[in-house]
Amino acid sequence: MTIGLLGRKVGMTQIYDEAGQAIPVTVIQVGPCKVLQVRTVPRDGYDAVQLGYLDKPRRLANRSERGHVTKELVSKRGKKRPSGVEVLPKAECEPKRYVREFRCDGSAYQVGQEIKVDEIFKDVKRVDVTATSKGLGYQGVMTRHHFKGQRATHGVKKVHRHGGGTGCNTFPARVFKGKRMAGQHGNAQRTVRNIGLVKVDAENSLLLIHGPVPGPPGGLVAVRATNAVR
Amino acid sequence: MRNKTIEQVEKTYLKADVPKFDVGDLVDVHTRILEGENERIQLFSGMVIARSGSGTREMFTVRRIVQGEGVERKFPLHSPKIAKIEVKRHSVTRRAKLYYLRDRVGKGTRLRERRGGKKVLLEDAVPSTPAPAE
Repeated sequence: MTIGLLGRKVGMTQIYDEAGQAIPVTVIQVGPCKVLQVRTVPRDGYDAVQLGYLDKPRRLANRSERGHVTKELVSKRGKKRPSGVEVLPKAECEPKRYVREFRCDGSAYQVGQEIKVDEIFKDVKRVDVTATSKGLGYQGVMTRHHFKGQRATHGVKKVHRHGGGTGCNTFPARVFKGKRMAGQHGNAQRTVRNIGLVKVDAENSLLLIHGPVPGPPGGLVAVRATNAVR
Repeated sequence: MRNKTIEQVEKTYLKADVPKFDVGDLVDVHTRILEGENERIQLFSGMVIARSGSGTREMFTVRRIVQGEGVERKFPLHSPKIAKIEVKRHSVTRRAKLYYLRDRVGKGTRLRERRGGKKVLLEDAVPSTPAPAE
């Protein structure tokens, strides 16, 4: 896996390529992100880079969030720390609103380093985008699982949008786990894999991504170069 | 309401010099058509009956009568495939969409001309190979 960046979805529009074809694009405001922590196998059990995106006002950040980014915040528990234990390097920045980790080898990154769009996505053609999809509430099976529903006529009684049977009879006398039914639709983490990266705007730290990405405008998205083989 | 960031993104893709035309105007739309290797210009002339959308997504609808049959084509205003838009005549209109013209034939489709409007011509900003005569 490679490192990615955090950003916010701005919205969709369309642009034209050289051939005059219109391309639907999603505009994503990406980064710059601060490296807050570099996780390593000997210490943490896994390799990852922890990134922070957007500042959080200090009055809204709790003590652990403030202490996570600076050494200056002294805690009572910190005073009890045995003398041999070394405090991890801190980014020395404002508390961050969004903190996420990317599983990757972090040896190339220093804590406190700022990563910009063009550093990561310079030669990238295709990306994966992870975000929380729009919450649609409690939805029936036709919306949620694209069931066909039942007929409009021929004696169907008020069950036109129902799913039909959910199982068998005396055997197995239960409904199998994972049976698709009505329920909460959306508001779940979704990853769209292997979608085209149309343009990198380093000046305004924007990414133009081919087609839609999950979530509402303003929602947090994580973009990384894809590892899918095409 | 338009998002500022999106406007900024679209700015570079907007045509610099789109002639000022409105609903009710008679226009000639020159579209680039790719036939195998060759590119040629096709003309579609008629009356603009609607404009919709904004930014790079702005579209306009042109209606004309071909052999007694009404034909409408919807063009993306900022598409590079639109080589040129010539405005021939302005009309007086009292609404934004002239869909009522679909229900009319012959004399009923005439609109009063609006005088004083200048003829504006959009030459494509990108120099292209001259189109062969059709």
